[in-house]
Amino acid sequence: MKLKGAQIIVKCIEEQGIDTVYGYPGGTILDIFDALYEERDRLTQILTCHEQGACHAADGYARATGKTGVVIATSGPGATNLVTGIATAYMDSVPLVAITGNVGRSMLGRDSFQEVDITGITIPITKHNFMVKNPDELVSTLRKAFFIASTGRPGPVLVDVPKDVQQTMLDYEPAEPVRSKPYFSENKHVENAISLINEAKRPILYVGGGCIASGASDALVAFSEKLNAPVTASTMGLGCFPASHPNYLGLIGMHGMSNVAEAMQKADLIIAVGCRFDDRVAGDRTCFCPNAKKVHIDIDLAELGKNVSPDVGVLSDARLALEAMLPRVDAKKDTAWISECRDRKAHDFLLGSDGKLCPIRIIKAVQRLGDPEKVIATDVGQHQMWVAQAYEFERPRKFISSCGLGTMGYGMGASIGACMGSGKQTVLFTGDGSFHMNFNEVVTAAKLGLDITVVIMDNHTLGMVRQWQTLFYNRHYSSTDINYPTDFVKLAEALGEKGFRLERNEDIDKVIGEAFATKGVKLIDCIIDKDEFVLPMIPPGKNFDAILATKPVIK
Amino acid sequence: MNEKTMKHIITALVTNRSGVLTRISGLFARRGYNIDSLSVCNTNNPDMSRMTIVALGTDDEINQIVRQLDKLWDCHKIRVLKPNECVKRELLLIKVSVPAEKRPEVESTANMMKVKFIDVGASSVTCEMTGEPNKIDKFIELMQPYGILELARTGITALSRGEEILDDLTDYNEEISR
Repeated sequence: MKLKGAQIIVKCIEEQGIDTVYGYPGGTILDIFDALYEERDRLTQILTCHEQGACHAADGYARATGKTGVVIATSGPGATNLVTGIATAYMDSVPLVAITGNVGRSMLGRDSFQEVDITGITIPITKHNFMVKNPDELVSTLRKAFFIASTGRPGPVLVDVPKDVQQTMLDYEPAEPVRSKPYFSENKHVENAISLINEAKRPILYVGGGCIASGASDALVAFSEKLNAPVTASTMGLGCFPASHPNYLGLIGMHGMSNVAEAMQKADLIIAVGCRFDDRVAGDRTCFCPNAKKVHIDIDLAELGKNVSPDVGVLSDARLALEAMLPRVDAKKDTAWISECRDRKAHDFLLGSDGKLCPIRIIKAVQRLGDPEKVIATDVGQHQMWVAQAYEFERPRKFISSCGLGTMGYGMGASIGACMGSGKQTVLFTGDGSFHMNFNEVVTAAKLGLDITVVIMDNHTLGMVRQWQTLFYNRHYSSTDINYPTDFVKLAEALGEKGFRLERNEDIDKVIGEAFATKGVKLIDCIIDKDEFVLPMIPPGKNFDAILATKPVIK
Repeated sequence: MNEKTMKHIITALVTNRSGVLTRISGLFARRGYNIDSLSVCNTNNPDMSRMTIVALGTDDEINQIVRQLDKLWDCHKIRVLKPNECVKRELLLIKVSVPAEKRPEVESTANMMKVKFIDVGASSVTCEMTGEPNKIDKFIELMQPYGILELARTGITALSRGEEILDDLTDYNEEISR
């Protein structure tokens, strides 16, 4: 059948089983938006306030559902506004397809109005990108884009389509989406990994986002139980192992729990699954747990040995590797190691004994109240780390956060996508700094009537930066005391939504309960102290032995 | 594994399409690796180009960059060539300032090193040389006293010895995981 290029693009999105796309129209993408209008009964199209918000929304949708997120934007500024969102998805291996319009082929390379070389700009932050210069390649390029985005280690792919290509009449035949099989190969590395595991007395599982992408949760639980091995998760891995499981120790890394730090130092084998020894985990990668052997399982060959050299690297899908190894590892009868780790499970949260409003208590209340299946999104900063430490995630795809890139302003857009994708109650934890970056998207959420509760940890400062300035920069609070005059309650009201202010620990349950019982978007302005710290903390560039568990006395 | 920084020859079959060079060279730049020389050419397969990259690094570093390159969608086959299991050549064009009376002297050096004169001016000669890079270095050194006006070298291009064909090899990551 003959269709316009733009219609084919929309058909190719539908082929993938995707029901929602995010975007913002403009001159060179009008044909695609026209095609979206025709297909509006089959494909929901969400207009955000800014392309960055659209990109984060598509990313949040992808993280919450496991499907590929789609964002559509125009050329020039529309395309460049996607860049932060694409980089965010790239760092966290989120499957995303970004479709941008560009000026017609005869206008390319002439600095035409709203022309930008977006494929050139996004080379380092995409798995791959395309410019469709030959209309005959449009269909195959789009199908390839979706394939690349979701195969192996997922990631973003950008397809740039000149306007006249969108307008060309082309042949189109529907096709089933091509999915790659998860990769596993039986080889000597698997054998070696099994023998290291069987020799280990004190193994620990360090798990990351790869376990969520591959759906390894059940395999992980079985593995941990058979080995009596404690489990620690990176921020990307939160939820892939149920936090209520007795073998779960908590978050690893710069703001990981002290019991994790202790267990990592005592372990004789680190089984790293679907993670990448990021510098926020291995502060000093040259001497990371030098006394422990390391088995690293990852689907990306380049990760094996990139930061920390493992004794055995297994190139494999996380779930398949665990499932293949499970029957061949010896069950550990000895429970001394796991009991030792469990004993230490006294988490060192700052529970605000000083009577000031306590962020951890707020997070715990959010966890306790409302829908147990709710999705939690965050922005970036102290609030993000408090959530990562204290919220007990039972299931994967419930923690939506920019972990690798650390994108402030990510949360509001992402919570829209997560809420729509999951169809569940969604809570966004943010700070007044992060929230001010992109709170334009509250308008989108309000317009859509989404059930999103925005919990703003409001300390009138950039808390995480302030914490570093306190610890490492002689308390020179340079450009951190933001003191924006925004009244968040009135802001909510301006959008026809409800705003709350929370100032005392006694009111936490009442305010959150009330907010959860209210329809639509809710803002809760939580007035917290400027000098709350995220603790424990391992200073940058250091390893577990340098952990600060309590607030140092600063003269 | 060798921890010394050395020159390594990487050979790759990549998509023959504009922009691929940027993807490959950009990856070196942003991951902090240096390219010593790079040559690109068409191959017997019109869809593929061959890139020969000489890069400086330890074995670990080169292994990492090859793994990163292998992830690029446009990079189809890639290998590090072992120095004694490959043939490698480089082309040199060099213009040397030589007055007429000294020409025979230069000519005899050139003959000894299998270098051809390809252009002769009133007070200069241009030579062509193909050979292993260290021989080319040597010839340049010998021409230094006369005064080198300008030179161009192509960088190494190389193929593995014997019947082995890059296109027929398994993917790099499959080989590594055996």
